[in-house]
Amino acid sequence: MNSVGEGCTDLKREYDQCFNRWFAEKFLKGDRSSDPCTEMFKKYQSCVQKAIKEKDIPIDGVEFMGPDKEKPDS
Amino acid sequence: MVKYFHCVGLLKNSWDQVCLAFWERYPNPYSNHVLTEDIVFREVTPDNCLLSRRLLTKTNRSPRWAEKFLPKQMARHAYIIEDSIVDPKNRTMTTLTWNITHARLMSVEERCVYVVNPDNNNWTEIKREAWISSSLYGLSRAIQEFGLARFKTSVTKTMKGFEYVLSRMQGETPSKTLAETATEKARKTALAAKEKAKDLTSQAQKKQYV
Repeated sequence: MNSVGEGCTDLKREYDQCFNRWFAEKFLKGDRSSDPCTEMFKKYQSCVQKAIKEKDIPIDGVEFMGPDKEKPDS
Repeated sequence: MVKYFHCVGLLKNSWDQVCLAFWERYPNPYSNHVLTEDIVFREVTPDNCLLSRRLLTKTNRSPRWAEKFLPKQMARHAYIIEDSIVDPKNRTMTTLTWNITHARLMSVEERCVYVVNPDNNNWTEIKREAWISSSLYGLSRAIQEFGLARFKTSVTKTMKGFEYVLSRMQGETPSKTLAETATEKARKTALAAKEKAKDLTSQAQKKQYV
């Protein structure tokens, strides 16, 4: 699947592959040894976060698991 | 006013498999409306839960009748946030999905809880709830109805997409989608017609020589 940042797709795919393996083989089995994908994630994030800023995607300050419970009236 | 919807879905796969498929669900033949997918936040908590935020770009289809009320240059796509918590100890995955653009026009918030099916531990149950609202003056009720109908269709697609990805992960050939079957049928018909045309041509040529 493509990244929202056109130049980030390769970094994303590399990370996704690493993550899927870690998730299946370590995380779900309760293995808490260190995450081998950290570096890839950092590289991917610096690319995608830049793209989010450039495209003005309003994601800043959005609380985790929390869309506005009160519906806006304006 | 907010429209509320809830339903329970069943996947005949284990909870672990469903969680894996959750991260590998795009693209699939039922997700043509999903244009991009990114992880923008990820963290493992001290009690070993995985928190993730996924950012999705989806096509933004408005109802025909509403188009004249909407801004002319309205973006053709919408941004969606999907937050999730995977708790491997309690075998629960909770997701919360909502649109962060066009929210005044229509806001769709969906909460899903994935648990092990109590009757069959190899199956997974999805409890789905959705809240659909609109703040567009005078049209909110009609838009909510539209949103609810569209949401129901998208639930069917989501489940089909999940089943497709799950069977692909297990090395099975996923059952063909309708579009694929139709394309194949058309291709066969075209091929048969071509063969027949060849036959006729060669027959005609033979006749010329007689």
